[in-house]
Amino acid sequence: MTKETAMNFKAATLWGMIVVLFALVPVLASSPYQINLASHVLIWSLFAVSFNMLWGVTGMLSLGQALFYGLGAYSVGLLVNYLGSAWYLPGIGIGLLAAALLAFFLGLLVIRVGGVYFTMLTLAFGQLAWQITFKWYDFTGGDDGIQGIMPPGLLGNKTAYYYFLLVLVLVSIWILKRMAYSPFGLILRCVQQNPDRVRFLGRRVRRNQLRIYIISSFFSALAGSLMVGVDSSIHTDMLYWTTSGEVILMSVLGGINQFFGPFVGAVAIILIEDYVGAYTEYWSLIIGTIMLVMVLGFPKGLVGEARRLIMRFGRTETGR
Amino acid sequence: MAPILELKAVDKSFGGLHVTSKVSFAVMPGEISAIIGPNGAGKTTLFNQITGHLRSDAGAIFFKEENIVGRSPQQIVARGMGRAFQIASIFPDETVLDNIRAACLSRLGQTRKFWRSVVTFRQATEDAHAILDSLGLDSQADRLAFELAHGDQKLLDIGIALALKPALLLLDEPTAGMSPDERQHTRALIKKLWKAFDLTLVFIEHDMDMVFGIAQVVRVLQQGALLAEGTPEEIRANKQVITAYLGEDF
Amino acid sequence: MDASFFFTQFVSGLTMATLLFLVASGLTLIFGVGNVFNFAHGSFYMLGAYFGYQFVTVWGNNFWLSLVLTAVCVGLVGMVVEAVFLRRIYGRANEGGFQILLTYSFILIIDDLVKLIWGTEYKSLPRPQGFQGAFQAGDIYFPAYNLLIIAIGLFVVVAAWWILSRTRAGRVARAAATDREIVGVLGVNVPRTMTLVFGIATALGGMAGALAAPLRTVTPGAGIEVIIDSLIVVVLGGMGNFWGAWFGAILIGEVNAFAVAFVPKWATLFSFLVMVIVLVFKPEGLFATRKIRKL
Ligand SMILES: Nc1ncnc2c1ncn2[C@@H]1O[C@H](COP(=O)(O)OP(=O)(O)OP(=O)(O)O)[C@@H](O)[C@H]1O
Ligand SMILES: [Mg+2]
Repeated sequence: MTKETAMNFKAATLWGMIVVLFALVPVLASSPYQINLASHVLIWSLFAVSFNMLWGVTGMLSLGQALFYGLGAYSVGLLVNYLGSAWYLPGIGIGLLAAALLAFFLGLLVIRVGGVYFTMLTLAFGQLAWQITFKWYDFTGGDDGIQGIMPPGLLGNKTAYYYFLLVLVLVSIWILKRMAYSPFGLILRCVQQNPDRVRFLGRRVRRNQLRIYIISSFFSALAGSLMVGVDSSIHTDMLYWTTSGEVILMSVLGGINQFFGPFVGAVAIILIEDYVGAYTEYWSLIIGTIMLVMVLGFPKGLVGEARRLIMRFGRTETGR
Repeated sequence: MAPILELKAVDKSFGGLHVTSKVSFAVMPGEISAIIGPNGAGKTTLFNQITGHLRSDAGAIFFKEENIVGRSPQQIVARGMGRAFQIASIFPDETVLDNIRAACLSRLGQTRKFWRSVVTFRQATEDAHAILDSLGLDSQADRLAFELAHGDQKLLDIGIALALKPALLLLDEPTAGMSPDERQHTRALIKKLWKAFDLTLVFIEHDMDMVFGIAQVVRVLQQGALLAEGTPEEIRANKQVITAYLGEDF
Repeated sequence: MDASFFFTQFVSGLTMATLLFLVASGLTLIFGVGNVFNFAHGSFYMLGAYFGYQFVTVWGNNFWLSLVLTAVCVGLVGMVVEAVFLRRIYGRANEGGFQILLTYSFILIIDDLVKLIWGTEYKSLPRPQGFQGAFQAGDIYFPAYNLLIIAIGLFVVVAAWWILSRTRAGRVARAAATDREIVGVLGVNVPRTMTLVFGIATALGGMAGALAAPLRTVTPGAGIEVIIDSLIVVVLGGMGNFWGAWFGAILIGEVNAFAVAFVPKWATLFSFLVMVIVLVFKPEGLFATRKIRKL
């Protein structure tokens, strides 16, 4: 049991550090821009971690999670735009509910097929949603999106809103982490590694895939709805397939077999994007190259490779 | 006493190829029996039909006095059937302990629990250790399953099936690919498990020492049909079997 | 609905179907033979359009020569990409996912390379000499260039049929599509075959891009639209099924052409609708040659 206590202690320290670090951002920040950047990091982390529950854990590579991210954002954005800012929080709730329902029905359709098919169908449905939003100009604002969406009351304050989303994001990631290490998470990993065997454990493969698809979509929608208040706007890009691609990239970069891999990946990508974006418009060339290098050379991702190094280092140190 | 498993004229064909045809036999509770037959005789296919992996084209399969043709593997497992595979079917990237623990959790109906860490599930963990102990794998509990030696992976596969506490356990060539030493060990182990877990056990084997050493009943499958059925002595003396199959071995 | 309107839309549908087929057949070929999903296939189409532009508009070459040069060049790029990058991940655990990621990175890289070389403005290509006008039959006009594309498409279909059923290479490809192991046994150099197949498939895609360029303007990012349309086609026909792709292309081409005529704004939704219907009733596609892999 000492090993477990030690591990718990390490995990708690890690959590503590993350919380303190992000909680201090508004205090240490020299400009509102830095709060904005930290908000982006947090929201993308949630999005990436919930995506990785699908892919890294269960082995379902979805290229259409932007659909749910966008759904969350547009629920809030449209409700506030048409009914007033009092609808901000209810909008989040409605978006989450809508995402769960949509994920259920869509899941029934796309989970029946596996492998590449699943990926491509999620892509196709994601692009369908994007097209509808893009073309329904009168309602969604089409390519222009909708600007000036403000959260009500106290949440209108940028710092207050930051703490609001900090709490929601960290709690969500915490929930997902517990899930990853629970019996449910174990079965999901088994589904990835050997679905046939899972059937002979008496468990239904597709049922479990559907469950995690709904859960992942739910948290993706939450990420989307939180983003509205950060940028005070919604835009069709949120639904575009490259948004789904971005979370894949984050997961690959950080490491798909590590719970915190996508988190690290999100932090890295957002910071690189922020830094490099100022110098070049050829952003996709850069992320494409990063992806290429990671896939070919470091499929375990940053966290995975770091772990391997530490283990090798540790082994030679204690071994002889 | 009623048979725990009864096949009545079971058929399966792929395209035009009849892989099993009109197979009928009954397995009594507590029995340990073997199915033998040349490569491609349809033994694995028959297991696949019994476990619901493949749907039988015709015939009936009674398990605990209920026809299970058309049932899904999940439903059949829930009724108390377990199975290990010809090629070890395990969860390679999980620890040995978690391989078994997943099965224990499944049996205890706890796989939907999403809040507490698997480590905190006492009953499942204790059961898993007990099973690893009986297989002699407990010292390797924390290793990843893919790191195990081939023979140990086969044992782990059996362990996963055992963890479901099945009434009927089907083993598809448990000693396939093992060294002679491992075979001998596995042979004794299976006999021990059969007694310790109070199992009805049906195994497919090519290893004749195992078949004639521990089976009470031997069934011979040839080109998808049941050629003979009887005690080891009867099978040994059966002219048909000797000419058709055992000829080379004796 | 009068006849002239009907025929005009029909021909326009067939044109789109042909272009789609050229891309989708390559996609399905690569998948069928090598079990590789080339997510970047649309980018080779786009590359074809830009190569065509470069050869015809910038360097002033003859259209026909340019078409051949484009197909060859895009095919070569495809072969290099397969041999240098894709090959490294064959056989890796979770290969399917990594294939998609790797080819996804190609999309990103090719998109930006195209922007770097040709800029972001729209590019256009003139129709070739002698195919600018239209044929008239009664009161119906058939644009000559569309008919040309359809003819080329038919030629490719017949050629493909001939290669697949009458040549050794074709038989090997078909064998590979149903049973990968057998190909190695036949004494075929599997890696080289795969590179070649990749080359042929991307050459077809590149040719489609160059052929389409006079009809649609060429922009970076065109690849992803095409890949989604081809994907729908392939899903309809059954992955890895050549004739299924042909049928799927015609279906989607015609559905699109008539949808554009009746509900122009929402036309693109109709191909999705067809796909959803097929998925609900026959998830493995209309002409699946093999069961789809389950997750
Ligand atoms: N899904 C399938 N589709 C087509 N043919 C199959 C299928 N499964 C098995 N077969 C064929 O059925 C026959 C019997 O196969 P099976 O695996 O049941 O044999 P077996 O008795 O278990 O042989 P072995 O001792 O080699 O394991 C073989 O000829 C095999 O090729
Ligand atoms: Mg067998």
